[in-house]
Amino acid sequence: MTRIIKNRAVVEDSWSVLRLAEGETADTIDLPQGPVLVPLSVWHARKSALLAASSPAAPVGVWLAAGEGPESLADDLAQLSVIAVDFPKFTDGRGYSAARLLRERYGYQGEIRAIGDVLPDQLFLMARCGIDAFALRADKDADKALALFDTFKTPYQAAVDQPQPLFRRRAA
Amino acid sequence: MYRYDNYDHALVQERVAQFRDQVRRWKAGELSDEEFRPLRLQNGLYIQRHAPMFRVAVPYGMLSSAQLRRLAKIARDYDKGYGHFTTRHNLQFNWIPLERVPDALAELAEVEMHAIQTSGNCIRNVTTDQFAGVAADEILDPRPLCELLRQWSTFHPEFAFLPRKFKIAVNGALEDRALTWFHDIGLHIRKNEAGEVGFRVIVGGGLGRTPIRGQVVREFLPWQDILTYNEAILRVYNRYGRRDNAYKARIKILVQALGVEKFAEQVEAEWAHLKGGPATITQAEYDRVAAFFNPPAYAQLPAIDDGFVQAQAEQPAFARWVERNVRPHRVPGYAAVTLSLKKPGTAPGDVSDVQMDRVADLADRYSFGEVRVTHEQNLVLADVRQDELQALWQDAKAAALATPNIGLITDMICCPGGDFCDLANAKSIPIANAIQAKFEDLDYLYDIGDIELNISGCMNSCGHHHVGHIGVLGVDKGNEEWYQITLGGRQGNNAHLGKVIGPSFPADEVAGVVEKLIRVYLDNRHEDELFIDTLDRLGVEPFKDKVYGDRLKGKKAA
Repeated sequence: MTRIIKNRAVVEDSWSVLRLAEGETADTIDLPQGPVLVPLSVWHARKSALLAASSPAAPVGVWLAAGEGPESLADDLAQLSVIAVDFPKFTDGRGYSAARLLRERYGYQGEIRAIGDVLPDQLFLMARCGIDAFALRADKDADKALALFDTFKTPYQAAVDQPQPLFRRRAA
Repeated sequence: MYRYDNYDHALVQERVAQFRDQVRRWKAGELSDEEFRPLRLQNGLYIQRHAPMFRVAVPYGMLSSAQLRRLAKIARDYDKGYGHFTTRHNLQFNWIPLERVPDALAELAEVEMHAIQTSGNCIRNVTTDQFAGVAADEILDPRPLCELLRQWSTFHPEFAFLPRKFKIAVNGALEDRALTWFHDIGLHIRKNEAGEVGFRVIVGGGLGRTPIRGQVVREFLPWQDILTYNEAILRVYNRYGRRDNAYKARIKILVQALGVEKFAEQVEAEWAHLKGGPATITQAEYDRVAAFFNPPAYAQLPAIDDGFVQAQAEQPAFARWVERNVRPHRVPGYAAVTLSLKKPGTAPGDVSDVQMDRVADLADRYSFGEVRVTHEQNLVLADVRQDELQALWQDAKAAALATPNIGLITDMICCPGGDFCDLANAKSIPIANAIQAKFEDLDYLYDIGDIELNISGCMNSCGHHHVGHIGVLGVDKGNEEWYQITLGGRQGNNAHLGKVIGPSFPADEVAGVVEKLIRVYLDNRHEDELFIDTLDRLGVEPFKDKVYGDRLKGKKAA
């Protein structure tokens, strides 16, 4: 079990993340017992086996690498209770677009989890883009990070957390 | 100009608190240098040669006198008593200790200022025409739309970690005074045949290491759609721009790789989902913001003030200043005045705390309390009565702000260069000063006439050397500072890049080379022909021959 932030609270979490090591392929890798997040390539190669092995106690989810968009998951969203967005470096911002597209374009209602190089100072931005679970990098303190969700109370733009921009809400 | 409401105030105050906390955690070791770096950059803070360089945002170049006085105070209390205006309207301090930056930010927040996104791989300060609202050739005042873009881009949650920095410029007049062809996004305000206002959208321009002129992705975009359309452009860039090589990460490289048609297709496909969404600007919001830019309470004045005409006739020095530094205004009896920050012997764009206070006083006395920063690194008082120009001139002279050289060779654009900037390959200020010294004689300077000379200390091109009629670029050759010369670049509607004339020169030869280039022009010009026209007519060869001829006759060439 690890501690992650979910809906602005620190919770115990049992999901593992399957990453293909050097030499492993989506077709041949051993599928671990859920709850597990698998790479998009594994999902596409082994979908039926993954679904057959999954259960409410051992669900399966998918993680999107930076550069992988939600387009190829569009038909599978109902089968996924968690989709993770990987940040290989905290300065790689592609995951923000992936999360917004999942929510706003594809209407995904399940959990979107940030994994990888996830740091407290980006939580505010990630939350605005529709990410609601955060597996902080292991050396970061989740309890201390909670305060950073409220860095800015009333930002200007429309985003997932507030679909109306401030200019449509400003008091006259 | 725009004034903050409670929401705007809260955001900049929250920003101060956020950054203060980030500095605290960095000092406590909770944030590594690497983690802190993009956070400080997005507050305009670079680690530089001497101390952190701190870049304060001046949104679309507008400053109130109160803001300018606050910048003067910060220069005095936190720095060594001066600042430097950049080619993107911003003001840079050079000597503020990092630990004191949160306090400086708090002082800025009190006067509705900040350093948000003045660096980093995010959407930067939006720039525009320094004569917005007063230019005779204006289609529509760009400032309300600039402010809407400022708000939209501030802390945009999706676009805070782009592949690279992102710069937007807006021009609202017939003549482009905002270098829109060389920005990541350039916007031209225009009217369609039905008289509706919209934008020509240009994407993928930029200077720097790989200078490229932008290309039109849409000839007409209704103004209401600018935020959603920008989101589409930025999303395509954020997802598909290169991140493997910082030198190939600007949007211009993506546009080149895809071709502009394919890029435009992707943007349009993305926009199809966003068009008409909540970020579509409402008329009510436009009107709310535009009201801040309503014309000031102009007096009813004769088109030509007799005293002003007479003063010019009687005082040649005043007439000279009027000729170079004063521009016509769309309102009868008014003029727009450029205060030169290019006094020979000073660093171009530098301004002392005392001068900032003086400019604030001049703005209050003569120009409704407002000042603009130009991308040529000067200051503008946009709304001065003709009958007060002479008094303003006297006051400006006393503050060393009335050098009558706007548009002349000594009014050069120049980056801080190797004296301050960590990125620079070579110094630029001493080169600027050496060139200024060659052209100090006013009659000579005036005889040469309109010319643009731009100097950058490295290929990042902060000094816009690519688009100078004469461009000077500092390069590093075996740890020595050398300078490459380009000719024929220009800004404006026909903006394009200059061409390198040949091998580079050591520092002590640059001013002499410039003098030779000018000599070729003076020897060959037709009557009333400007430098750039003679260059266009003759081509670059006679200039090259003059400059390199001596070297080929035996002097060492590099």
